[in-house]
Amino acid sequence: MNSVLLAVIGVAMILAGYFLYSKYLANRVYRLEPNFTTPSHELTDGVDYVPTNKYVLWGHHFTSVAGAAPIVGPAVAVIWGWLPAFLWVTIGTIFMAGMHDMGALWASVRNKGKSIGALSERYIGARGANLFLVVIFLLLLMVNAAFAVVIANLLISTPTAVIPTWGAIVVALLIGQAIYRFKWNLAAVSVVGVVALYALILIGNSVPLSLPETVMGIPDNAVWIIILFVYAGIASILPVWLLLQPRDYINGLQLFIGLGLLYGSVLLAGRDMVAPAFNSNVPEGTPSLVPLLFVTIACGAISGFHGMVASGTSSKQLDKETDARFVGYFGAVGEGLLALGAIIATTAGFRTLADWESVYSAFNEGGVTAFVNGGGSIMNAGLGLSTTLSATVLATMAVLFAATTMDTGVRLQRFVVQEAGEAMRLTVGKGAATIIAVAVALGLTFGAGLDGSGGLLIWPLFGTTNQLMAGLTLGILAVMLLRRKRTIVPVVLPMIFLLAMTVYALFVQLGTFYRDSNWLLLVLDLIILVAAVWVIVESIGAMNRARQGEGADDEEVEQASTSQDRSS
Amino acid sequence: MTWFERFSAGLKEFYYGPYRQTFARAKQEEDDLFMMLVLSEALGVPNPASYYTIELLPVMYDRVHEWHTRMGLDRSPLDQFSCCC
Repeated sequence: MNSVLLAVIGVAMILAGYFLYSKYLANRVYRLEPNFTTPSHELTDGVDYVPTNKYVLWGHHFTSVAGAAPIVGPAVAVIWGWLPAFLWVTIGTIFMAGMHDMGALWASVRNKGKSIGALSERYIGARGANLFLVVIFLLLLMVNAAFAVVIANLLISTPTAVIPTWGAIVVALLIGQAIYRFKWNLAAVSVVGVVALYALILIGNSVPLSLPETVMGIPDNAVWIIILFVYAGIASILPVWLLLQPRDYINGLQLFIGLGLLYGSVLLAGRDMVAPAFNSNVPEGTPSLVPLLFVTIACGAISGFHGMVASGTSSKQLDKETDARFVGYFGAVGEGLLALGAIIATTAGFRTLADWESVYSAFNEGGVTAFVNGGGSIMNAGLGLSTTLSATVLATMAVLFAATTMDTGVRLQRFVVQEAGEAMRLTVGKGAATIIAVAVALGLTFGAGLDGSGGLLIWPLFGTTNQLMAGLTLGILAVMLLRRKRTIVPVVLPMIFLLAMTVYALFVQLGTFYRDSNWLLLVLDLIILVAAVWVIVESIGAMNRARQGEGADDEEVEQASTSQDRSS
Repeated sequence: MTWFERFSAGLKEFYYGPYRQTFARAKQEEDDLFMMLVLSEALGVPNPASYYTIELLPVMYDRVHEWHTRMGLDRSPLDQFSCCC
């Protein structure tokens, strides 16, 4: 099959989902009202609650949710062939991700912009909120550990990406100075910043850098991982205007350019898919497609992390309730398109089936490296860039995604450590909390050996934890809809499917970890399994109570009556 | 607004938006430090710059009120500053 055809079908399906299904959800299920006073207007404070233009808000939302996961997940999952990954990404985006993200926005907007954690306390019970903290801690831990390994592997396999990766930090530092110290025009600085970033890619392409195979007896990828954690630790303590803010901004611009380049070259190259639609010849040790596919691709199909962003910041900035359709659903569409691009790059970007099979020689092999090489080959054919330059562009893109998520992740983990300290009546300083956050993630990364394989081994666990988070959000949505006596089918069917696959996958993995005597992962798996069963029991209980008519959404009733008073 | 001005405004919002809260918090911390410097004498801390800071006191009534409520004190802790008696 031709990759252009697949891209066109995929994009058409996802866009049809936006134009048709999201309209149904907006009008019939969530019943978004243009006149509802959103928290951004009701509680305007110029800080958190600020009515924001929907296109700008979509940009924030999309760049916040798009990390390395929509690339890593599909790039690993195509080992079962491109068709299962394609179907899960498209159908998942249309019927699950869009519904979930838009629903999380709606739920939060209807509750004064509260986060999913606070909502779980209200709709599912106090235990739901505790569960939320455990899940969020694990999720951040996994993101930090796994992304460090992904970046280290990329820096080794694509040495040309080393200069642009670290150079991007210098560019970000200069942008921060230019805007805050010298008050230069933002548009001009942005253009110069993006040009400088791509100039660094050109320099990196002609000056590849790599570490010696071992440094003081430590293998090179372990050295990169340590360097990355030191960087993330420092970045998480620095003032945000100095590094994180300009870095996230330039990465956001780069994301739009990267997506454009990738899809443009797919259209121009017109490659055939070399990988099989269904891979019947999977390498030994590959787990079965069901249920692992559904947890391997989380971001790009459905992801609980999106609910955290939607209810954490986006909902407080939503200008009109009806904008939730564009910001939430179309945000998921952007993520789905990124995942689709990753599927095409990792299956159409090889010369022959044998080439593809040699890269995908074992489960968790290939991955992002396949995305970089395969995508590089497509960009070479489509845009005429040299293969190494295209690979450098894509590797830099993947590294920047992962690195911006990782440094923010370490920062968030520091807050979690400090909050946990407060709960235990201990004051944990900024430095100590950062050291704890980094040390725990490092311990996990090197838990399975000095090669850092622990970081990626836990990647399937990221999927299950993330899907559990999504299950929790869907449970809240179902309770809210039941209390309003509306249909819950569009929410409950995906929830049942998601939780069933997550629990199934957790059991499968439990067996694998036991056989491999991997006690660290076994314990983590058990914690998530207990949490998953907990979510299910709590959600069923809450839904039953809601079905019996217990509980009303007081605040909403209050607002409705106030607006009635106002109109009369 | 021309399309370029609208684009420029959007770009600015895209740059500042995600970190609005963090900046507001940093600014508040800075203000609190400044407040402590200005009021240090009243608080019993020797202040070498009191000659300069004393002039600022009249314009700071509102801010002192916000500050002490933020610090968890219902009433002003300073006798000279009865902003909410």
